[in-house]
Amino acid sequence: MSIKVYDIAHCRAGDKGRTVNISVIAFDETGFHHLQQHLTPKKVAEDFFPIAEGPVSRYELPKLKAFNFVIENVRGGGVTVSLFQDIHGKTLSYLMLAIVLPDN
Amino acid sequence: MKRSKNKNRNKIRIGGGAGFSGDRVDSAVELAAKAEIDYIILECLAERTVALGNLIKTREPEKGYSDTLPARIRALLPVCLPKGVRIISNMGSANPLAAAQRTYEIARELGFPEMGVAVVLGDNVLDIIKNKPELILLESGETLESILPRIISANAYMGADAIVPALETGQEVVLTGRVADPSLFLAPMLHEFNWSYNDYKLLAQGTVAGHLLECAGQLTGGYFADPGIKNVPDLARLGFPYADVTKKGEVTLGKTPDTGGRLDVMTCTEQLLYEIHDPSRYITPDCVLDITDVQFRQKARDYVSAFGAIALPRTDSYKVSVGYMDGYIGEGQISYGGPNAITRAHLAGKIVIERLKNRNFDYLEIHKDFIGIDSLHGKASPLSEPYEVRLRLAARCRDKIAANAVGEEVEALLTNGPAGGGGFFRQTKELVAIQSVLLPRHLIKPNIHIIGK
Repeated sequence: MSIKVYDIAHCRAGDKGRTVNISVIAFDETGFHHLQQHLTPKKVAEDFFPIAEGPVSRYELPKLKAFNFVIENVRGGGVTVSLFQDIHGKTLSYLMLAIVLPDN
Repeated sequence: MKRSKNKNRNKIRIGGGAGFSGDRVDSAVELAAKAEIDYIILECLAERTVALGNLIKTREPEKGYSDTLPARIRALLPVCLPKGVRIISNMGSANPLAAAQRTYEIARELGFPEMGVAVVLGDNVLDIIKNKPELILLESGETLESILPRIISANAYMGADAIVPALETGQEVVLTGRVADPSLFLAPMLHEFNWSYNDYKLLAQGTVAGHLLECAGQLTGGYFADPGIKNVPDLARLGFPYADVTKKGEVTLGKTPDTGGRLDVMTCTEQLLYEIHDPSRYITPDCVLDITDVQFRQKARDYVSAFGAIALPRTDSYKVSVGYMDGYIGEGQISYGGPNAITRAHLAGKIVIERLKNRNFDYLEIHKDFIGIDSLHGKASPLSEPYEVRLRLAARCRDKIAANAVGEEVEALLTNGPAGGGGFFRQTKELVAIQSVLLPRHLIKPNIHIIGK
């Protein structure tokens, strides 16, 4: 059995140049612990590899049941010179939400 | 009559009236009219906007400020001035003096000749950095010298302390060029409450309030809705946010009454982490903010308190955004639908690239994607077989003729490409790129200029 991040959390993406940050906010404590265990920086780096070279850092904000992922070296040169349609990478929140995780 | 300074207030209400230059003016007017605010902050400068403004100013010396300023000011002055709501905005962009002049002209046309504008200057450090080619660009790691001949702008992100003297002049409107977004909000708190730069807890709470408000509707249900999962009531009538801030640094967030949207722990948390990297080290010109232990508490419907922010002292340098010319981007798009649409779109993309190559143009990078299939998430997209697809080709180059050729060749598909292409679009953009350097604080000297009575 598997679940998607989408089933247990919500996200928002923002950018600063060639780095994108995506918050992952669990709907409840159970979801937070599930994400803590399974949505590792390594997992995110793998799923985002076509989009960014990485590295990926994960910051924990347990009081908000949230994580902040910082994904570096987004391909395409960053917001001011990017040839991508979504130069800011704002739609990438939904790539994060589509990540499949094991269900405990 | 200038507004009295009200230095004895223990609480003020600050509204977030614009989160970017294209933001909705109606919501700002509603905020000023119905939310009993003391200040309205209009944040309208993206990273690249000042550089683009500077480019415009070199061609038209009376321009270079935010092009949405006239409409925004015209709509807001008649609501704000009678109520004593002061306006603070970075719409001055690359030309704050011209912005102030235009604002004053609009005020006179509207019958408010007694109004004045305080202009915050000093962010333009182009002359300073031109003499410092040894500065290191934070993004590329190269020296400034590598882009020196192509630089068109350099603006320091100034702090709230640059804005406070403008508020002290008592003018109804304060216009700035580049300042850090949260500083626009922190400034009235410093001004009203006499907070000092040693009160880290207060600076932290004020900066958090500013950060939460700086994207306006993104705090109150904008950019949040996902029908069935995250519902937002009456999104069409999205109301803008405000913060009640006390002298002791208590922050409570609210929303314009009788509007759509929602303000709760979920919307606040999304916005708190927006464009944050290390949550324990968010560097602004006013402090180094730590939001790791921030919490929200719902006090009433659409009324949420925020607490727990801490901060370290500000750093000894300013971040400077350097804009430079970086060639052109040419782009073309065309759509295909029905049987075999994707195969036809692939053929179209292939022959455009071949034709550009045969014309001997030199591109730094050519990017091809298929809107509806992979244009947003690239190779991370799962396979899909939509009914229709839109080919999009974009290329970066030094030469404008080569950039134009991308759109020309996509257009030529109309009679020279695969069957059934339609809905063609093309554009060529002059590319202004941005990198950053750090400048020691002492080199930047904010100053104030007044326009009007």
